[in-house]
Amino acid sequence: MSTDATLSFEEAMEKYDPVLGFEVHVELNTKTKMFSSAPNVFGDEPNTNVNEVDLGMPGVLPVVNRTAIESSIKIGLALNCKIAESCTFARKQYFYPDTPKNFQTSQYEDPIAYDGYLDIELSDGTIFRVEIERAHMEEDAGKLTHMGGSAGRIQGADFSLVDYNRSGVPLVEIVTKPIEGAGSRAPELAKAYVAAVREIVKNLGVSDAKMERGNVRCDANVSLRPHGRERFGIRSETKNVNSLRAVEHAVRYEIQRHAAVLDSGEPVVQETRHWHEDTRTTTSGRAKSDADDYRYFPEPDLVPIVASREWVEELRATLPEPPAARRKRLQADWGYSDLEFRDVVNAGVMDEIEETIAAGASATVARKWWMGEIVGRAKNADVDPGQLGVQPATIVELNRLVEDGKINNKMATEVLDGVLAGEGTPAEIVEKRGLAVVSDDGPLLEAIDAALAAQPDVAEKIRGGKLQAIGAIVGGVMKATRGQADAARVRELILEKLGVEG
Amino acid sequence: MTDTNELIRLSAAQLAEKLRAGEVTSVEVTQAFLDRIAAVDGGERGVNAFLHVNTEEALAVAAEVDAIRAAGGAAAEELNELAGVPIAVKDLIVTIGQPTTAGSKILEGWHSPYDATVVKRLRAAKMPILGKTNLDEFAMGSSTEHSAYGPTRNPWDLDRIPGGSGGGSAAAVAAFEAPLALGTDTGGSIRQPGAVTGTVGVKPTYGSVSRYGAIAMASSLDQIGPVSRTVLDSALLHHVIGGHDPFDSTSLPDPLDDLVAAARVGNVEGLRVGIIKELHGEGFQAGVENRFNDSLELLKEAGAEIVEVSCPNFQYALGAYYLIMPSEASSNLAKFDGVRYGLRVLPEDGPMTIERVMGATRAAGFGDEVKRRIILGTYALSAGYYDAYYGSAQKVRTLVQRDFDAAFTVADVLISPTAPTTAFKLGEKLNDPLAMYLNDIATIPANLAGVPGLTLPGGLADEDGLPVGIQLLAPARQDARLYRVGAVLESLLEAKWGGPLLAQAPELAPSIETQEAK
Repeated sequence: MSTDATLSFEEAMEKYDPVLGFEVHVELNTKTKMFSSAPNVFGDEPNTNVNEVDLGMPGVLPVVNRTAIESSIKIGLALNCKIAESCTFARKQYFYPDTPKNFQTSQYEDPIAYDGYLDIELSDGTIFRVEIERAHMEEDAGKLTHMGGSAGRIQGADFSLVDYNRSGVPLVEIVTKPIEGAGSRAPELAKAYVAAVREIVKNLGVSDAKMERGNVRCDANVSLRPHGRERFGIRSETKNVNSLRAVEHAVRYEIQRHAAVLDSGEPVVQETRHWHEDTRTTTSGRAKSDADDYRYFPEPDLVPIVASREWVEELRATLPEPPAARRKRLQADWGYSDLEFRDVVNAGVMDEIEETIAAGASATVARKWWMGEIVGRAKNADVDPGQLGVQPATIVELNRLVEDGKINNKMATEVLDGVLAGEGTPAEIVEKRGLAVVSDDGPLLEAIDAALAAQPDVAEKIRGGKLQAIGAIVGGVMKATRGQADAARVRELILEKLGVEG
Repeated sequence: MTDTNELIRLSAAQLAEKLRAGEVTSVEVTQAFLDRIAAVDGGERGVNAFLHVNTEEALAVAAEVDAIRAAGGAAAEELNELAGVPIAVKDLIVTIGQPTTAGSKILEGWHSPYDATVVKRLRAAKMPILGKTNLDEFAMGSSTEHSAYGPTRNPWDLDRIPGGSGGGSAAAVAAFEAPLALGTDTGGSIRQPGAVTGTVGVKPTYGSVSRYGAIAMASSLDQIGPVSRTVLDSALLHHVIGGHDPFDSTSLPDPLDDLVAAARVGNVEGLRVGIIKELHGEGFQAGVENRFNDSLELLKEAGAEIVEVSCPNFQYALGAYYLIMPSEASSNLAKFDGVRYGLRVLPEDGPMTIERVMGATRAAGFGDEVKRRIILGTYALSAGYYDAYYGSAQKVRTLVQRDFDAAFTVADVLISPTAPTTAFKLGEKLNDPLAMYLNDIATIPANLAGVPGLTLPGGLADEDGLPVGIQLLAPARQDARLYRVGAVLESLLEAKWGGPLLAQAPELAPSIETQEAK
């Protein structure tokens, strides 16, 4: 794999103006598939959630999933799109073994939703409007696993396995118009846009919206043009950008790479690029030109989808509150300051905090854990905080252990690390690591006796009423118990022992 | 018990009547047809209508019906009218428990894991399935010579073609190997074989019979329909297989008018019958034209009014059909790639990539006619050519539909010869695709417009003594009208001939193997 030259981001921005475009694929969480009655379930044994339709057996016919249409209309409405009164499916034809019919049933000329927009809030509170060209329905392909080659790549593989469980899962592809004027905020906007789409489909309840499972997948188009020029440059399309951080990094990297290509006087190649999380670079995929011939034609096995205005209005009435209103409400409910709340949003943990509160934590506790502990760890691990694997229930349990005096705050962070290392539940880790605060008075009393004996003068001062001297004895006890004693209980016991009123 | 030689010559309606009356059992009937198949289908000069004979299952279903009848009571009462009457199924329609080949090497030995909707309905009606009938590969052809498993022979003359693509179903019924069969009709594959074998066949209104489980050639044109020896029998079978199917999105939601009642009543009094100017005369064999005129005379005598209509855009129908059909076929046949089922052929040398395995499989698995249509269709859908070819063809399709609309304002049904000629010799047109395509000139417009069409025997041509087919066409959803008119014309013609036309067909000699076995 050759390494492409890059310019520094700052230099690239001095010379060029980026234009972005996104195709975000959203997998819908319908019970059954787009065109068959097979279950739409993630993670089952390969080729178990398939029937004759998903396998493209001879003679089969597709039947459109009504819930998928509803979900698509809801997405369109949430993206401020117009909803087509009537729309059709088409066949996109290409031979590839992950596509059992050797064509994908998709929408082509007349998408179900078109001409929308989404207002994106950037980290400083400014609003950037992204225009939506269309949102159309299609079916997902199966999943290929290449065996025997290096790193699961098709090059050099001995054979490939195909799992059709994903074949026919309903997808909505959301396509933006070219996004101009983002300037040096392009990477940030990219991340914020995908985050906003993810938030919308999650709130609508139409997708599980888990990027790590591929429920939301982003292809990022980047091109550069010299400042002041109107005509767009040649674009690259980076595929497989499957976390919010990766979206930001990929756009930044492609800007830097394009700038270096343009600086060298070479034309940018119009192509598909593959994102590599490990190296944070892209590599060239296949050359893609607008002349790719998919031989689209209207799907003759399906009749047009007619979305009556009454139906659309019924669906509009079911839409949850828009993200901006929801944020306002959550901030008020949680009592966060503007700054605190913006930090939460920018860190991408608003949903997680909401879930943690729903699981039983207070707003303060939830924020303390997510912002104070988990966000930093996620950054170190280079993943989105939600992908780190911390469950809301874990935080509630950790907090309860602290509140009950079983462990102290310092231990709790240790337990969190244990949870992330997969050692078990917080309670199990406390047990395994022997972290419990010493609460049996027996060992404590022994340690207290020893500390008092070691510092008789201090003991005398306390008896004489100089209570502030107690710190030295408490410190001795804590040292002797390697920090596992509950300091407050130690203080009580010392006073009791010396017969002094606290 | 009736003599088996008489039994196999009875119509499905007559067999059903005898079964109900207890004069014969379904096992006897089914065995009679299985024996007939054994006698005339195999060997050098056999009819070769069947690709697979389903002896065990057919007899088991027959025995089940007999048991229900013998037990009597509600279960016997509730039996379908055709329960126990055997049927043959075109091998383009998938069946559990029997191979489905589509007449192609690429599906040799493949067993479907599911039943077509029409097959489910046959099973629900407890009709024993005798087996799967021969066809042009993937239903592409007008002679059944494009089958990968050898041609079917016309029972009227074993050196002639039985029509196509459903030559197997038509020949099976004409040779008394089955009283009924299922066919599929994309451009005439039920009606043209019906015409050249002296049998009845119906292409129902598009969407009135589910296509689920019929291996698609051209989805917007394909339609499953009945093949039989009488108009009433087709109506009875159409009734069993028709009706809405949630597995077919193009299936019509509402039921058609009562087809069986229409066939039983039969009436042409005051009916306006339209002769399509463009579908007779020039290009049609003289003997075909003569028999067509006979039918017009009979209808006129029976009280029908004969009018002439013009469908000027029909002259473009064949051209449009040969763009739309291959375009859809090229897409529908893409799934046959050796990856998931059917034949898989590895490239003889060079790298073993998936593209090369798919290529080798398709090169070895598809015959020339199929490849010809895939290439045509792929070209017609290519960027830069789509508008000129597929787009223009769709416009012609709309114009053909408008011609029908206009014609049906002045006529209740339209009439034409079903095929321009009688059965030609095996091999005669095999290397002349355009001549082969012209066989469907009169049947294609109905597929383009989605309207129903029926063929019934119109007599024998003077020149060659071979059957001529008469085609009736009705507006969409008016299939009942076809049965009503068809039944009248059939009875008038049979009165003239003194019995069914098939009674005039030559006796088939038992095949050589059968003789040796005896």
